[in-house]
Amino acid sequence: MMNVYVCVGSSCHLKGSYDIINLMKEQIASHGLEDKVNLAAAFCLGKCTDGDGVSIKVEDEIVGGVNPANFNEIFKTYILDRV
Amino acid sequence: MKVKKFDTKVQHLKYEVLREVARHAFDGTLLEHYNDIPKTIVKGPKATMRCCIYKERAILAERVKLATGGDKSNPNVIEVIDIACDECPLSGYTVTESCRGCIAHRCEEVCKRGAITFDDQLKAHIDKDKCVECGMCAKVCPYSAIVNQKRPCENACKVNAISMAEGTKAAHIDNDKCISCGACVYQCPFGAISDKSYILDVIQMIKDSDHNKNFKLHAVVAPSIASQFRHVKLGQVISGLKEMGFYSVVEAAWGADLVSYRESQELVEKGFLTSSCCPAFVDYIKKAFPSLVEHISHNLSPMASIAQCMKQQDEACKIVFIGPCTAKKAEIKLDTVSPYIDSAITFEELQALFDALEIDLEHLPVDVLDNASYFGRIFARSGGLTDAVAQALKEQGVTDFEFKPIACDGIEACKKALMLASKNVLPNNFIEGMACNGGCIGGAGCLTHGVKDKNEVDEYGREAFEETITDSISVLINHS
Repeated sequence: MMNVYVCVGSSCHLKGSYDIINLMKEQIASHGLEDKVNLAAAFCLGKCTDGDGVSIKVEDEIVGGVNPANFNEIFKTYILDRV
Repeated sequence: MKVKKFDTKVQHLKYEVLREVARHAFDGTLLEHYNDIPKTIVKGPKATMRCCIYKERAILAERVKLATGGDKSNPNVIEVIDIACDECPLSGYTVTESCRGCIAHRCEEVCKRGAITFDDQLKAHIDKDKCVECGMCAKVCPYSAIVNQKRPCENACKVNAISMAEGTKAAHIDNDKCISCGACVYQCPFGAISDKSYILDVIQMIKDSDHNKNFKLHAVVAPSIASQFRHVKLGQVISGLKEMGFYSVVEAAWGADLVSYRESQELVEKGFLTSSCCPAFVDYIKKAFPSLVEHISHNLSPMASIAQCMKQQDEACKIVFIGPCTAKKAEIKLDTVSPYIDSAITFEELQALFDALEIDLEHLPVDVLDNASYFGRIFARSGGLTDAVAQALKEQGVTDFEFKPIACDGIEACKKALMLASKNVLPNNFIEGMACNGGCIGGAGCLTHGVKDKNEVDEYGREAFEETITDSISVLINHS
């Protein structure tokens, strides 16, 4: 099981955690990864000022600046290709 | 303009003690300076508060004890400082100079005990051996010449937990009745009743965490913060907390969103419910209306609900609640809550911690605090919880349930509703109980209390990024 966290700390929340979580859910469903990826909220990943977007954590690696524009690319690199 | 930090000088005195204790605790010098603290605050040689500086210092030594956790053998988080109690006269109903010696003598007529007599100037006197303190004479006097001289602490305590101790005449708290709301703490003009402080636990956690390297230390902050620290922006208080050593700051109001969502479901299922957010209200039901205990919502409080989510995600983290409430200090000892919250402090104590570390909020950057919805945030004032439950019912499309709430503002209003409910004659099916007048913004641990506090909370609510409860909590649940 791959653990994926989306930061929902105040900073990320204002930058769109809600949208990123929904995109995650959609992509996980469309690739049928429900049994392989465990999606959860993280209260703060400590990268509040990193880039123009939300922080996520894939296993132990933190990826900052995730937004709807770069989401698909990040999902492929960090999740789809590794799972 | 200089913004006042506190409502009263008593609060300021308590704050000075907390600040000095915190300063030494952060420096690791508390043990060697423990006995010097009273002297650093009361420098002398002239007494300014009591008969002499020695009594002042003796009382301060007691305050230092309270600031470092208080009497461990007393389970109550509220304690009387016997030597600080002025033992105010407890005269009860008394005829004042305003008595005109009139002809009507309504006071005499109304007194069923025959306790009223008149002197040769026709002025009334109350025979204390006969008087039962019913207060009828005071009510009927057209000059309001009869007043009830009650001790401020007894007057503040609407659950009748305070009496005069035999022998010492100092105030005595009956722990079987006390709900730790702190009303007496705020009202005693001599500061002779105080809440115990757990700032030392918090300081130890800050040190042990070592800048969040060993474990993450989070603060859960009550929404009533909107009416506090008004000389700076809320975001600067958040920066200050992070500078102090907290990894993140989370809104208790976010937990309130969870509570209103779950509580609305529980209400529909059970048909009658009381809220469970206010720990003093819950304690009051347990102590005064045990037959209603089964109707208390099974939800954890907003504080504990959000902390539960946080600990599920990171078991090793530690969480400190910061709010306006003294009863929260008792709530965190409950078996249902203690796994989630590691300590609780008040806004008063937070101010002392900031100043002990000389954190200058005014010059800090403005951080953000935004997760909860408008509805979670307005829990801080009376009526907010009721509005939120109504909204949660609406958002969940519940239309076949008639919501008949009563929002009880203050423990006296709670008592009235609970009394009716215990006799099955309450026309409502939901009791929102808030022990403090006005709700949490009236809490004893607030720095200041003012008429604009409610507006400040509503304004803070309107600034929320999320508009609905469902959106606010959607990131917490149903996502895997």
